Amino acid sequence: MTSTEKANQLREQFGDLISEPSEFRGEVTIELGDVQRIAEVCAYAKKEQGFDYLVDLSSVDNYGDDPRFTLVYELYGYGHGCHLRLKADLSEEVGEAPTVTGVWRTADWHEREVYDMMGIRFAGHPDLRRILMWEGYPFYPLRKDFPLAGRPTDMPDVAFSDKAPLEGGPFVTSAGAQDAEAGEPRAKQVD
Amino acid sequence: MSTVKEIEIKDAAARAADAAADLDEDGDMHGEKMVLNMGPSHPATHGVLRITLELDGEVITKAIPDVGYLHRGDEKIAENMTYTQFIPYTDRLDYLAPLANNVAYALAVEKLAGIDELLTPRCQYIRVICCELARISAHLLGLGAFAMDVGAVTVFLHTFTEREKIYDLIEELTGARFTTTYTRIGGLSRDLPDGWLAKLSKFLDQVQVNFDESEKLLSRNPIFQDRTKDVGVYSAEEAIDFGMTGPNLRGSGVEFDLRKAHPYLVYDQLDFEIPVGSKGDCYDRYLVRMEEMRQSAHLLKQCIKALPGGPINVDDGKFVLPVKNKVLTSMEELIHQFMLVTQGGNIPPGEVYFAAENPKGELGFYINSKGGGTPHRLKIRAPSFVNLSILSHLLPGNMVSDVVAILGSLDFVMGECDR
Repeated sequence: MTSTEKANQLREQFGDLISEPSEFRGEVTIELGDVQRIAEVCAYAKKEQGFDYLVDLSSVDNYGDDPRFTLVYELYGYGHGCHLRLKADLSEEVGEAPTVTGVWRTADWHEREVYDMMGIRFAGHPDLRRILMWEGYPFYPLRKDFPLAGRPTDMPDVAFSDKAPLEGGPFVTSAGAQDAEAGEPRAKQVD
Repeated sequence: MSTVKEIEIKDAAARAADAAADLDEDGDMHGEKMVLNMGPSHPATHGVLRITLELDGEVITKAIPDVGYLHRGDEKIAENMTYTQFIPYTDRLDYLAPLANNVAYALAVEKLAGIDELLTPRCQYIRVICCELARISAHLLGLGAFAMDVGAVTVFLHTFTEREKIYDLIEELTGARFTTTYTRIGGLSRDLPDGWLAKLSKFLDQVQVNFDESEKLLSRNPIFQDRTKDVGVYSAEEAIDFGMTGPNLRGSGVEFDLRKAHPYLVYDQLDFEIPVGSKGDCYDRYLVRMEEMRQSAHLLKQCIKALPGGPINVDDGKFVLPVKNKVLTSMEELIHQFMLVTQGGNIPPGEVYFAAENPKGELGFYINSKGGGTPHRLKIRAPSFVNLSILSHLLPGNMVSDVVAILGSLDFVMGECDR
């Protein structure tokens, strides 16, 4: 059974929710009308159609368009060797999609990454924390309105965006110190 | 004058009685579970992976992996430059096998551009040589470091000697030892140097001896077996559910290799086998990598024999830079050169996902293009990132000392995981 037949099977099951499959460079893509039903469709695709492997979950920011975000699910079945791409649009106001961690456990980290980079939340995710950026980082770097050069961000007690102190920093040896101990590269009281 | 204190040392029976007094009715030790912070700079975490372990005695009850210490925003960077300019960044994904990353990325862009069918036979064979050389190099390090982590330091020295020879070959081929940036969209940056294939054949004869030696040191080594057999076991179903790929998937008995299942380049014309494990423990993953190196050497020998002549680049000025002397004399080539350098190749709008079988697993690129020379979105599906997500499921129940063996057997690279 080919990917297109699988896609049409999904269409039979879910009706108008799923768009006509389109093919580009030998890959079949279907779009989902309602992102809130993605988990249901994925569960069906895994259980009934043998898509047992979620290859990748990524997100696209169509900045300036509405709906702003697109979620992209790459599905693969080891049994039949077919690849299928599922896409679902998501507006910025909603900003939340149901999790598919209940379908494939590999979705856990993929969804955390999408949340971290694009700011899309996943309802029902067991542990939705930032994964690549640190906890408490205020921005979503892969959004198109985030500048390439980044934005200065402080991390209290750990990192700062000011110039590093030349004297007395934890990695700087004090050359003119009285003795070896005072010259050690340790944090020192600044006058 | 310092005073001397009398220290009371109880005998073993008295200490056992004291310990028994500390146990409550259920036989548990009093007190809380201990939290151990492993990494980010720990020799066994092969980079900057941090794992917070919750321990009950020596048994792990909970593991929280923490990644991202090496995050450089590669995907964001990719959106702001041409496709060709991003090639050097792919060196820095899996930095133990940069050539394989170069090839995977070039193939993904070529698929999007629709020129993957036009690649010249010579280019395809050289790319296979690159991939397999990178695989041997990556597995030599992976196995050496794994063996060293579980106590067999000698193997590491053996495998590193061979890697050095690979780096010499790569330096001669690409001009750089690590940061190869060898492929271009539609071809390669340069052809093989004279006499390079003879050096490669000589190396393959030498490395064969090294494989045998390393295998002798490990495969029947009782200490190595004790440390790795029945440790870190996951079933085929779990491996698929967690999206494991590469040797980590095949170690659990799933016979799947992208080179066979969806052949790219000329893999369908070459003869090789896919080794699989039977139990899914650390030892099986070691055996799979060992055999994969032998298969790679076998592939390389076939490529040396079958390597055809001819050009290495696609004959299409819209994607490949023209030869320099034509740029200076011909109008059309000058325009092509100008357009390619200033705006990048004219890639059509659309989206593709292309994955290659890299040493660590399935390295995939999802490219979403709105047309023109830069991607609208480039997502890197990094095998190390996905392979590590199993840790919080796999580690609990194991001993602390097994963590080192499990991490070594998963063979990840943080440059690729964190991107």
